[in-house]
Amino acid sequence: MTDLTADVFVAGGGPAGAWAAIKAAEAGASVVLADKGYLGTSGATASGGTGVWYVEPDPAAREAAMASRESLGGHLADRDWMARVLDQTYANMREIAEISRYPFPEDADGRQIRRGLQGPEYMRRMRVRVRRSGVRILDHSPVTELLADASGAVAGAAGHRLRADEPFRVRAGAVVLATGGCAFLSKALGCDVNTGDGALFAAEAGAELSGMEFSNAYAIAPAFTSVTKTAFYSFATFYHQDGSVLEGAGSRRGRSVIARTLLREPVLCRIDRATEDERRAMRLAQPNFFLPFDRQGIDPFRDLFPVTLLAEGTVRGTGGIRIAGNDCSTSVPGLFAAGDAATRELICGGFTGGGSHNSAWAMSSGTWAGQGAARYAAGLGGRAGTRTVRALGEAGIRPSRADGSGPGHREVVAAVQAQVLPYDKNYLRHGDRLAPALDVLDAAWRDLRATLRADGADGVRARSAAAMAAHARWMYRAALARTETRGMHKREDRPGQDPAQHHRLVTGGLDEVWNRPETPVPAVAS
Amino acid sequence: MIEVVSAARCVTCDICIRVCPTDVFERGADGVPVIARQGDCQTCFMCEAHCPADALYVAPFADPVPPGSPHADEDVLGAALGEYRRLVGWGGGRTPGSRLDKNHLFTRRLRS
Ligand SMILES: Cc1cc2nc3c(=O)[nH]c(=O)nc-3n(C[C@H](O)[C@H](O)[C@H](O)COP(=O)(O)OP(=O)(O)OC[C@H]3O[C@@H](n4cnc5c(N)ncnc54)[C@H](O)[C@@H]3O)c2cc1C
Ligand code: SF4
Ligand code: SF4
Repeated sequence: MTDLTADVFVAGGGPAGAWAAIKAAEAGASVVLADKGYLGTSGATASGGTGVWYVEPDPAAREAAMASRESLGGHLADRDWMARVLDQTYANMREIAEISRYPFPEDADGRQIRRGLQGPEYMRRMRVRVRRSGVRILDHSPVTELLADASGAVAGAAGHRLRADEPFRVRAGAVVLATGGCAFLSKALGCDVNTGDGALFAAEAGAELSGMEFSNAYAIAPAFTSVTKTAFYSFATFYHQDGSVLEGAGSRRGRSVIARTLLREPVLCRIDRATEDERRAMRLAQPNFFLPFDRQGIDPFRDLFPVTLLAEGTVRGTGGIRIAGNDCSTSVPGLFAAGDAATRELICGGFTGGGSHNSAWAMSSGTWAGQGAARYAAGLGGRAGTRTVRALGEAGIRPSRADGSGPGHREVVAAVQAQVLPYDKNYLRHGDRLAPALDVLDAAWRDLRATLRADGADGVRARSAAAMAAHARWMYRAALARTETRGMHKREDRPGQDPAQHHRLVTGGLDEVWNRPETPVPAVAS
Repeated sequence: MIEVVSAARCVTCDICIRVCPTDVFERGADGVPVIARQGDCQTCFMCEAHCPADALYVAPFADPVPPGSPHADEDVLGAALGEYRRLVGWGGGRTPGSRLDKNHLFTRRLRS
């Protein structure tokens, strides 16, 4: 067994975890980071790439950037947080340019254009910087549970080293959860590592979630592939199988038309609204967008090809662990959250869609969580590694009944997917369909809570299955509670926005899931 | 999904084993990686980008290809092996793809 101590432990090595580790180390903390996969290739950013919410510090430009999404997000964002994130993102992008020497494109005057990051290049360089910061990285080492001290403060984490097939434990002064969102193993590009584990760990420690109703992101992909880069579909036309245009279908507005049609018949697509120049630029912008086409011999600008919608859950949704302080602390002492594991409502309310906010949030919240965790650990005055700890994991690791055989992790995953992937349940929401889906999920939870357990690598899968089940229940409980349409949460049976529900929804609990309105957002926006 | 590991090209550096996020590979007896858990492959193309020997090919499908598919036939694929590494601009003498990135043209248009 690997048994370590550190001031700060970071779970997850996507951009949020990488920034948290670097900033905690810069603040003087000793840091261990564990990733389920590999820091540099793992997570939603590494295999794709992101537009970044990067805005020059010009008051008018900043004002316009903040105003642009407020209504789309259902007026649930917060101006102070937006301003902080714009500042922090601007500073971090400069570090990416100057410290990591990221090869940004340049404009005609030789000035760098810093509005986007290609995933493989960005994350390869982040790995180098994390290592140079003195952080100890454990790759292929999924965390499976948190540890707490006698007072209930989070005091470390435990997991499994897949390649050595042995357990590990890190006792730490503070923990940052940066495990990404939950895409329910839908095979969306880079997202199969994102099974919502951090939210389960947080809930077991007593933390709250927020915005879980904003969890129904679906991305367009060529059918049978994984490549969910959606930006270029705004240059596309969608068609019925007989070649007639599918009216009302579109990438940004009109994705629900695609979903509704896919329930009945295939949907075809052609990217036929881009100029020659734009086509050339597209190839340079997102090379992996074209891989599935080139490798199948399809010319996406001329040929019709079938598309599908892949679930991205909370990865391109906005729900996650509730943030309680400016340092990205949660309501549990010693526990911090960053990136997609945390709620992004603070800067984009109930909608992210076309991106940019998520990557800005990942680097900003990672920075603050790392610094906050280092400060918290320093405040313990050297007691970090000496506390007596207990393990907090329950579902999938310590079942309530040790007898009897129940479902294995594969059955649990299949049962959860059957309720969260179908478009007519999660995307095209209706109370009459959400309620029975939640009943099925609650029953699945009771079963797995009683008996699901496995060891080693299978134990990791059991925990991921439990995390997905928990996620699904938080999502649908919140979706039923929000009896209106706001942000990406669209209820067919409640099509309008209800001024009385202009507040965030806090969700929590495991065996009993609950929710309550957060104290209303100050009326800056609406 | 990952379909091809070219034994002829592989330099047995273990990089793909190390970088695959979902831990799909194991080292074979001869040092050449084997696709041990194809079902876990998330078709992210990262191994292909990182392989220094252009020895890997990730087919663009989220499910395994049927027997006899050209997507699993090294000889048919030829220059397609490691092509993603070329597109990312990694490897000696290449320009990083990010330097040529034109995504900002689209993000500007999409934001407006
Ligand atoms: C195709 C696609 C395109 C996108 N485009 C944009 C865009 O243009 N603009 C934008 O702003 N955003 C975009 N996003 C969203 C953006 O990628 C994410 O917001 C960002 O990656 C979040 O960073 P993160 O570090 O929180 O999570 P991730 O990058 O997902 O990283 C999470 C990490 O945690 C690890 N992990 C998971 N579970 C565990 C565990 N139990 N133990 C240890 N480690 C664990 C994973 O292996 C992974 O490395 C896009 C997402 C996708 C999928
Ligand atoms: S990365 Fe390429 S060269 Fe290295 S072991 Fe894997 S296949 Fe062989
Ligand atoms: S495509 Fe991605 S998941 Fe599949 S083997 Fe390669 S690195 Fe692993």
